[in-house]
Amino acid sequence: MTEAHPQAYVLRGARPYGTDPVDVVLADGVVAALGAPGTVTVPDGAREIDAQGYVLLPGLVDLHTHLREPGREDAETVFSGTRAAAAGGFTAVHAMANTTPTQDTAGVVEQVYRLGQEAGWVDVHPVGAVTVGLGGEKLAELGAMADSAARVRVFSDDGKCVHDPVLMRRALEYVKAFDGVVAQHAQEPRLTEGAQMNEGVVSAQIGLTGWPAVAEESIIARDVLLAEHVGSRLHVCHLSTAGSVEIVRWAKGRGIDVTAEVTPHHLVLTDELARDYDPVFKVNPPLRTAADVEAVRQGLADGTIDIVATDHAPHPVEDKDCEWSAAAFGMTGLETALSVVQQTMVDTGRMTWADVARVLSENPARIGRIDATQGRPVALGEPANLTLVDPSATRTIDGRTQVTASSNTPFAGTRLPGRVVATFLRGRATVLDGAVVDTAAGTPTSLEGAAR
Amino acid sequence: MKHLLTTQGLAKDDAILLLDTAAQMAATQSRENKKLPTLRGRTVVNLFYEDSTRTRISFETAAKRLSADVINFSAKGSSVSKGESLKDTALTLHAMGADAVVVRHSASGAAHQLAHAGWLDAGVLNAGDGMHQHPTQALLDAFTIRRHLVGGVGHDGRGADTSAGADLAGLRVAIVGDVLHSRVARSNVYLLHTLGAEVTLVAPPTLVPVGVETWPCRVSYHLDKTLEQWQPDAVMMLRVQRERMSGGSGAFFPSPMEYSRKFGFDAHRLAVLPDHAVVLHPGPMNRGLEISAAAADHERSVIVEQVANGVAVRMAALYLLLSGEVSENTDERTAP
Repeated sequence: MTEAHPQAYVLRGARPYGTDPVDVVLADGVVAALGAPGTVTVPDGAREIDAQGYVLLPGLVDLHTHLREPGREDAETVFSGTRAAAAGGFTAVHAMANTTPTQDTAGVVEQVYRLGQEAGWVDVHPVGAVTVGLGGEKLAELGAMADSAARVRVFSDDGKCVHDPVLMRRALEYVKAFDGVVAQHAQEPRLTEGAQMNEGVVSAQIGLTGWPAVAEESIIARDVLLAEHVGSRLHVCHLSTAGSVEIVRWAKGRGIDVTAEVTPHHLVLTDELARDYDPVFKVNPPLRTAADVEAVRQGLADGTIDIVATDHAPHPVEDKDCEWSAAAFGMTGLETALSVVQQTMVDTGRMTWADVARVLSENPARIGRIDATQGRPVALGEPANLTLVDPSATRTIDGRTQVTASSNTPFAGTRLPGRVVATFLRGRATVLDGAVVDTAAGTPTSLEGAAR
Repeated sequence: MKHLLTTQGLAKDDAILLLDTAAQMAATQSRENKKLPTLRGRTVVNLFYEDSTRTRISFETAAKRLSADVINFSAKGSSVSKGESLKDTALTLHAMGADAVVVRHSASGAAHQLAHAGWLDAGVLNAGDGMHQHPTQALLDAFTIRRHLVGGVGHDGRGADTSAGADLAGLRVAIVGDVLHSRVARSNVYLLHTLGAEVTLVAPPTLVPVGVETWPCRVSYHLDKTLEQWQPDAVMMLRVQRERMSGGSGAFFPSPMEYSRKFGFDAHRLAVLPDHAVVLHPGPMNRGLEISAAAADHERSVIVEQVANGVAVRMAALYLLLSGEVSENTDERTAP
């Protein structure tokens, strides 16, 4: 979105990466000035924002978002999902390919890309499907998607695993031509037929079919070896087990070009939550044990896990208000991700705010190859994609009042630390005073699901 | 007791009260007029999402002998086949004023959701949910074991039951077969443990769940060794579903013959047991697979008596559910 007279802003006393306070001027889409409080030149008409005590981060980048459009506008639209992303502090999201129709052609990825631009809340980078219709049988036209206006660099059949080893090898090799990456949903399909939750003590007691850790770990082990063999770049989606962390750590030690992500929910929730059979806790991969939660936190802190990605998976009420085995997998996350990372990693002393910027902005931007414009340093002349956070605030989460069109948050009723005060996309405020700025963005091109 | 959903966490006093009440109910069932006026004017709905004629009939008989009005709501020929959700069905039953809902469902947790999701305020009695629990089956098994091995009732089922107030302390029960998929096994392990019995699960390793180590029981992969060396007082055979043998590489054991050889119960294995031991099966039986005809029809088999006891136990459960005499709600969160 371009504006005739873009509003300039001055953030007074903001703390970049949680360090010493500075004044920051945003004008003409970039960081126009940055210096000790009271020392910067402020352009006429700039809006003053009292940012004392607030942490200033590069705008967050999500490598794993389900925007549901086209196809499931009853759950979310590009407009409503990206508006939720802005509310959560994001300035870019990667829209997963499991739409209807599938994002497996240049046409569909360009449609989603265009919807994202029209919405104007964040940069939308469509993920391309690896195989036609996510069928796992035939490579989609990866080159056409890469060459399209959407410039796809991340390819994934997320929701399904590229389980055929030959097909996976070909995909890993093929995307090298355009510096792409295959983002694998690691789930051995035969080991997880009918699977409902983590296989272990809880599943044995409550009688739900188990999703064993080995079904994830065996695919990751295979894929890192394939990536090594063909010299390709591999990204592991939503890693969830202690064993997966160990395999990725081993692979990195060998110099294999692998990156890994963990979701906010796998950083804090466990399979004990399945005991009441509330399907809001049904997710894929499933919530694991407390030992796994500790392992992924450790992996994130030591760099084995490169990024936190939301796997934001909105679903309409009727897909969750039913028997556990009939319910859809997935939970929302865009508006709680930063708070969960603060709670589990920053407030526990395991990571700094600079580390948060690394795992929620810089690394995902680099993996998605959008690091020319996103995940940039908070520095003079850089694009003004920024997030201002009040780390001392506390919120009680309520799915009904969130910005996303769906209410399937696993954190309903829980108190989380931190609040996004403002989000800037190329200098334009998409969130101010903790609320989305509706006049700033475009207009919804379809209304279903974007109603709130 | 508002609901009966699971035996995991069921208090011992409540379990014994259920068994004692069942004994009182059973005593009335030898009369010419078997009907009691206890639940006159109350409505019990049998909500069955799975075919189970024997369990439905057992609950229906129990409710009718307590003079309740019974409504049978089965998945076939109802709105369920048109895709109505569990929630909408629950709201409908609520609107119709059901006092108790007896639910059988293929989804683990369906009974728990009916009881706790806020869709209806009737008492919920779990008649089997997926692979999770089937508490009245475990209660009728415990009742049958107690009558014979504590109460002094003979193999012929005759004689006074002197077991009122007693638990099953010191008794050894072997549960044999498809533990992995069995709500009967899960229900029995917890109830028998609560009542003081020792339990050994016997199954091929493929039919034992990962995570079984927290269950209050032992696990053996060898039936003969268990029978010979452990000398159980009761042997409970589980039904083996035909589909567990098929599925090619997904089959749980190589062949019915091999299963039968290693885990089938027959007259030879029965002869190894102590003289007082009894043989149970929740039915329906696969004769020739998990149990031979000779064992099933043996005088020490109490399988037919289990059916009769099922009515008494379900009368007790409905009575206590609707009259509220048991101390606490049954909920698995209170489990060890």
